[in-house]
Amino acid sequence: MTAPITLSHLLALSGLLFSIGLVGVMTRRNILLILLSLEILLSSANLAFVAFSRSLGDLSGQIMVFFVMVVAAAEVTVGLAIALLISRKAGNLNADELRNLKW
Amino acid sequence: MTAFQMVHPLLFYTLSGLMVVGALGVIFARVPIYAVLSLVITLFGMSALFVALGAYFVAAIQVLVYAGAVLVLFLFVVMLLDMAPEALFRARSRIMMVAGIAFGGIFLWQLVHVTVVIGGRPGLFTKQPVAGTTAAVGKLLFTTYALPFEAASMLLLVGIIGAIVLAKKKL
Repeated sequence: MTAPITLSHLLALSGLLFSIGLVGVMTRRNILLILLSLEILLSSANLAFVAFSRSLGDLSGQIMVFFVMVVAAAEVTVGLAIALLISRKAGNLNADELRNLKW
Repeated sequence: MTAFQMVHPLLFYTLSGLMVVGALGVIFARVPIYAVLSLVITLFGMSALFVALGAYFVAAIQVLVYAGAVLVLFLFVVMLLDMAPEALFRARSRIMMVAGIAFGGIFLWQLVHVTVVIGGRPGLFTKQPVAGTTAAVGKLLFTTYALPFEAASMLLLVGIIGAIVLAKKKL
């Protein structure tokens, strides 16, 4: 525990969070919770950006985090509106039962 | 440079433990509202880690936009829809389950491998650290990244209009 924290520690944490989010996206059935797991994926990428920004002494990584947050906000607003619409039309949010587009 | 030389190990391990627990809570919680509240822990921990890494502006935005706006939006929708607790990890077929575990194992192996390789090289934090203050980030945002910044504002506008058009019953 006394070893100094290096870039690899931060990247390992980022990868761990990414794996957890990926498991969430693959195993959850509720569309809302799939969107929530996507937020974990985006956040873990943010952590990697900030870690490299700190390591390389370059602020561009933090600018990228800003853009990722903007994209996440836009994605969440549209995604939640679609989820609301689906629950209004289909009555539930189960991703397995939504196969209206299936031919 | 004593202000932000290095992340203290104790701080790092405490925060990362909190973040991982929060993230696990998101994927294991049966009640959706607990999953949303669990993600708040993860995002606050990440914000604290950003401060420790010198990314002050990004940390503030993280709390304001992510934990403040996005998760409140999630909470609103979860409360609006009144969802029943769902059954967890009902795999569609055995093949999918096996494939998922195999994929996860390969990913974890890659992760450990890469971490060990990069960790073998010392001095990755020896570069002069930069402070991600609002002034510094803003200056970069309005000079080098001015065009992507405008594109991002356009994207937000599209998001707003899209959400209104989709969610409104009658325009």
